[in-house]
Amino acid sequence: MTDAVLLIENLRKSFGGLVVTDGVTLEIGPGELHAVIGPNGAGKTTLIHQISGTLTPDDGRILLNGTDILALPPQERAKLGLARSFQITSVLPRFSALENVALAVQARSGSSFRFLRPAAAEATLNDEAMAALTEVGLDQRAHIVAAHLSHGEKRALELAIALALEPKLLLLDEPMAGTGPEESERIVTVLKKLKGRFAMLLVEHDMNAVFALADRISVLTYGRVLASGEPEAVRNDPAVMQAYLGEELE
Amino acid sequence: MTTLAADKPAPRMARFNVAAAAMFILLALVPLAAAFGPESYVLSLITRVMVFAIAALAVDLLCGFGGLVTFGHAAFVGLGAYTVAICGAHGITDMAITLPLALIVSAAFAYVTGTICLRTSGVYFIMITLAFGQMAYFIAGSLAPYGGDDGITLPSRSTLFGLAVFGSDRALYYATLGFLLASYLLCRAVVYSRFGRVFRGARENPTRMATIGYDVFRFQRVGYVLAGCLGGLAGFLLANATEFVSPAYMSWQRSGELIIMVLFGGIGTLYGAIVGAASYLLLEEVLAGFTENWKLIFGPLLVLIVLFARGGLTGLLASIKARLTP
Repeated sequence: MTDAVLLIENLRKSFGGLVVTDGVTLEIGPGELHAVIGPNGAGKTTLIHQISGTLTPDDGRILLNGTDILALPPQERAKLGLARSFQITSVLPRFSALENVALAVQARSGSSFRFLRPAAAEATLNDEAMAALTEVGLDQRAHIVAAHLSHGEKRALELAIALALEPKLLLLDEPMAGTGPEESERIVTVLKKLKGRFAMLLVEHDMNAVFALADRISVLTYGRVLASGEPEAVRNDPAVMQAYLGEELE
Repeated sequence: MTTLAADKPAPRMARFNVAAAAMFILLALVPLAAAFGPESYVLSLITRVMVFAIAALAVDLLCGFGGLVTFGHAAFVGLGAYTVAICGAHGITDMAITLPLALIVSAAFAYVTGTICLRTSGVYFIMITLAFGQMAYFIAGSLAPYGGDDGITLPSRSTLFGLAVFGSDRALYYATLGFLLASYLLCRAVVYSRFGRVFRGARENPTRMATIGYDVFRFQRVGYVLAGCLGGLAGFLLANATEFVSPAYMSWQRSGELIIMVLFGGIGTLYGAIVGAASYLLLEEVLAGFTENWKLIFGPLLVLIVLFARGGLTGLLASIKARLTP
């Protein structure tokens, strides 16, 4: 076994005649931030869904720290250290920011089949949740109902939830989606701070963010890996330039 | 983007709910006042209110906190009641046996049906709980040795270790009040516990809960079993209050009434379920005194409440209070 945190081998998935993942092979080492880019419809989100377990691939293998996770449901994968943020913001709207994160802390510390003691009074849960909120700069907004947070704050909250899970691998599905320049700057700053602590797979359209953050980049088109390597190598790859990056990097 | 209202802190569990406390004190005082009037009528009416309040609490737990709209909860009330009746028919009247048995039977039914129902959600969940409820209803109607459709009269109220603890209406009243208070406090604790947090989160976003690492189904099933037990407890008390049990206790109209009570009082508040049960049954009592077609009046009233007071009666009171204290 290699020491890769995530190893994807020859993954295939099609919806009817439409092949959305066509033999994808990908490896992410410890602490590595691996970005997956590609035009719309290239199969990036589908790939994330297959890794997190909401979609089942037709063929191939997915190994998390050497364990084959393909047969496991999402909650089992989460227990093995797989965390994800969603492309469409997916926090619990009626829970406060703190409670959103505390729920994630609770998932990895002790049984949740406890019925009588108020969870909001558990200092350990709150302290760890607060620490995660502080990391993403939301500590001042901890007691606000998530539905009332701004879009950028919700994205940051997603990160805090993922952080609180103490993941081995974090899947980030367009964390900058729909945020303004200022807000996306903030998320890049947070991600830079987190970089190296655990492996991350980043799917993102914002090329500035991708090139600022990624250790390695894979370019996906029509469900296939067109190129994979260091950011500079990918940037200068003629096939990539022609297929996708051309106009944006000139 | 952010407004002043949006910056309000999230509601947290109040240490003490004044309205709920007042309600329980009022209920405790009823028998004292009733002594000056038609005592047994008042006591049996309010006992009935409290029995249905327990069942409504269970429905609020599922609908208001778990997002699980159950349309078959009367089945659990019926199971509890039939446990008492069937045991009674065989000479077992001691509640040291019948009460735990009623809870176990309800829990088992909830576990089995919940395992199936909770695979579905939304409208399908409503329909499948309705289907199981009707199944229980028709099975009860076919129990020929125990009265079939006509129902069965209890030989006596339950005893405890041979003592006639429910001997007087007043004793039954206070016992029911005790059970209601215990059920209310239990539900309240559960809702804010670790378990309750996951249970509530599953309503908000089950996909998110799964990616955090929760097997949502297991939590919902435990919630369903708990609500089933409360239904069984209500049934146990109902059988003792009426000293008669019939399949009508399990009909889908009964399940619908429980949902109406919860909506009427204010969904997702717990004590609203008690207020709802009280106002529903008391209104029924008053309106039925005027006309046989009391539902003609009650129907529009319910529509008005649902349209103009989203939080039900308790929500209406809270918003009036908020207006008065700026």
